[in-house]
Amino acid sequence: MTELAQPASRRRNWRSAGLWIGGTIVGLVLFCALFAPLLAPHDPFAQDLTRRFLPPYWMEGTDPAHKLGTDGLGRDYLSRLIYGTRISMLIGIMTVITSGLIGISLGVVGGFFGGRVDDVVLFIITCRLSIPVVLVALAVVGLLGSSLTLVVLTLGLLLWERFAVVARSTTMQVRHLDFVSAAWCAGASRPWILLREVLPNITSHLVVVATLEMALAILLEAALSFLGLGVPPPAPSWGVMITEAKEYMFFSPWVIMIPGVALFVLVLGINLLGDGLRDFLRTGETS
Amino acid sequence: MLRFLVRRLIVALLVTATVLTLAFALTRLSGDLAISIAGPNATDRDVELVRKAYGLDRPLIIQYLSWTGRALIGDFGESYFFKQRVATLIGDRMPITLTLGLVGLVIALVISLPLGILAAVREGTLIDRIVQIVALVGQAMPSFWLCLLLMIGFGLQLGWLPISGTGSWEHYVMPGIVLAFSAIPALTRLTRSGMIQALGADYIRTARAKGLSRLSILLKHALRNAAIPVVAIAAVQLGFMLGGSIVIETIFALHGVGYLAWESIAKNDFPVVQAVVLVLAVIYIGLTLAADLVNAVLDPRLRGA
Amino acid sequence: MSEPLLDVAGLRVSFGTSLAAVRGVSLQVMRGETHCVVGESGCGKSVSALAIMNLLARRASRTADRLSFEGRDLLTMTDGAMSQLRGDRMAMIFQEPMTSLNPAYTVGSQMTEVLTRHRSVSRRAARDRAAELLARVGITAPGLRLAQFPHQLSGGLRQRVMIAMALMCDPQLLIADEPTTALDVTVQAQILRLLASLQRELGLAILLITHDLGIVARVASRVSVMYAGQIVEAASTAALFTAPKHPYTRGLLACVPVPGKVRRDQPLGMIRGVVPKIEPGFAGCAFRERCDYAMPECASEVPLQVAAAGHDYLCRLPADWGTRV
Repeated sequence: MTELAQPASRRRNWRSAGLWIGGTIVGLVLFCALFAPLLAPHDPFAQDLTRRFLPPYWMEGTDPAHKLGTDGLGRDYLSRLIYGTRISMLIGIMTVITSGLIGISLGVVGGFFGGRVDDVVLFIITCRLSIPVVLVALAVVGLLGSSLTLVVLTLGLLLWERFAVVARSTTMQVRHLDFVSAAWCAGASRPWILLREVLPNITSHLVVVATLEMALAILLEAALSFLGLGVPPPAPSWGVMITEAKEYMFFSPWVIMIPGVALFVLVLGINLLGDGLRDFLRTGETS
Repeated sequence: MLRFLVRRLIVALLVTATVLTLAFALTRLSGDLAISIAGPNATDRDVELVRKAYGLDRPLIIQYLSWTGRALIGDFGESYFFKQRVATLIGDRMPITLTLGLVGLVIALVISLPLGILAAVREGTLIDRIVQIVALVGQAMPSFWLCLLLMIGFGLQLGWLPISGTGSWEHYVMPGIVLAFSAIPALTRLTRSGMIQALGADYIRTARAKGLSRLSILLKHALRNAAIPVVAIAAVQLGFMLGGSIVIETIFALHGVGYLAWESIAKNDFPVVQAVVLVLAVIYIGLTLAADLVNAVLDPRLRGA
Repeated sequence: MSEPLLDVAGLRVSFGTSLAAVRGVSLQVMRGETHCVVGESGCGKSVSALAIMNLLARRASRTADRLSFEGRDLLTMTDGAMSQLRGDRMAMIFQEPMTSLNPAYTVGSQMTEVLTRHRSVSRRAARDRAAELLARVGITAPGLRLAQFPHQLSGGLRQRVMIAMALMCDPQLLIADEPTTALDVTVQAQILRLLASLQRELGLAILLITHDLGIVARVASRVSVMYAGQIVEAASTAALFTAPKHPYTRGLLACVPVPGKVRRDQPLGMIRGVVPKIEPGFAGCAFRERCDYAMPECASEVPLQVAAAGHDYLCRLPADWGTRV
């Protein structure tokens, strides 16, 4: 009995739309981050107390030199926004690398060796899941002082659980496939099998996890900076920008709208990219 | 079933012990606590006094065992700042956090269950797309920013809801909505995929062949099977919410456990921080145990009969 | 009683533009008779059965010249009205007893809900009827079984439960889609005996779908042979086995080794080639690539010929072609 699904072409169009939109957003942000000095019209740290709270270009009383207006200390909003992409991307990428290394190692080891080793790995994962992440991150930064490096380290040491879970389950699946047994029989050593047979096949799933974790790391850093326990001001982290603006948000809502929308769009773009990648990679699989 | 539960319980206890240790280690990260407590203007003598007063001169292992031993019976010591027993502090604030968490979970379930079911029944259509977009938007929304937006919108411009403090149920609406936002994407996706799978199962075809009504098939036959993973995730989400409410409580000035933790971090009040981490972890562990129990009830195959 | 219980004429089912699964199926089932539809996997027999009950997925499109049950038109019937017929006047059992029962509910609750849905009876009365039917299908300790979950029962037991469940409202027609395919051979025989005895006792009409000619020979009074979405031959069982007309039917029968008649070194009979996948708009005989007697005219429309009263076949060959060989 055959029950065909929706025509495949329509599904693919929808999925690739997400992939393209997400990819464009992320690419744009990455571009801004890399070329910030060239793109930003002003120095993001330059204060001008005579020109505080100039509104953005779509409102009245604007200054064409400051397209998105200025903040409470007269700093150009657009420039701070552009430089803020550096912080977000740095946080996102560095955290993912750190947490990815930890999580993937744990997951692959547990999934590959099974038995007691796997029990230990599962136990470690369960412990990590039980810890309230935001609270611990806040506590660490609160105790040791705000800094970019500390935030990256803390988030990297805390956000590895999804890597571990996915790496473990995909490794377990791959381990039982025939080509791994074939390699065994041919006399390949364990590290060789891990590196050459297992890893390439779990990479596609892990790339998707990486995008999701990157989005999460960026959101968390913004939240931490918003509470004053993340990247220290005057760094133009979008979280910092929002917290600096919140005292004035009832009078000029645009001060929190601009960095907030930027944050939202970036995270949305990363998620779209991740979802698009997952569907794109899934159509290439046989199972 | 009993063996299954006992095994889970043992693991839960081991995890608790580990988290205990981690919570203790957390506060000792900055090195000498006495210096942090005494403040930047303290002399060496002040620091020594502080050290003796708080028992920080004892060997680390003694401090650990002493705290652990007393924590097990619920004695978390005294707060440095509030001059109250930590257990009392937490006990006073916990109901607020729990209420917030439950409000958030209820709102999340009320929104994501119907949405997930709708998307599954109308799989592949425009409605399905819209639901998926809603889930995406929810996932990308920074919670602290959403708090501010709601404050401006509902608090200021419309004047419907209070923007801070605790008092009546109205104080929980906006925080609850923000909290729900964090759980809705995952719950919606899971309900949708679970329902799609359940609706494609052979026993649904049998139910249709028996002439059962569409509602009965949807809610009685399909949802019951789709609910199993959703329940597990809902419990986990509640755990996350309780831990993640710190930001929301701080912004809305809700005096719950999260706000307490925030204040304590700012004031280097270590006993409180340690205790809150431990309590939240234990609650999470308890929730996952409860989720396993509910799963065993919902899925007879898990009972190992 | 010459009015057929189930009257199907020109049933067509297609999935999108790429697959025409059923291309003009016509058959009639009389009260109290067992009518078998036999054919290979993929010939469209299951799809036909689902189409009759309107259980196909939304993407499938179904048309027919006539589709009536007990004189009522099923084609224009709303889904609500159809769902009242299903389980009550017409019932269906499926091939996979393992997955056809909901694992979350007891056998008893799944059986009683059929009765409470279609009749206003108390739950106690429904339970009693369920227990009675379980005993009727040969399950011992029915009270115990009612409280059990499907995963606690064996395959054969589950299929018996499915049959009992289908009979809860005393239907006139039972459609059985390969009910024994997934079961052991010994259990198969038991289930078939059960179906036959139920038919005798209850006057039940059975539309049995199978790929096994042995089953056809055992239980059917009439047979429709299906190939690539069409009925290529329809006759009484006796006529089909003694004087098959369509080359496909002959090929099928030749495939069945008969003990005593087959010599040890003789190769087993087979039909060369594979079942083609038919797109909408296909013309001519679908069997012609595999037929030893194909003519150029077979590529255009094939006539429906009458071999004898109640014996039709879809082929150009004359009715007496086999007898002269």
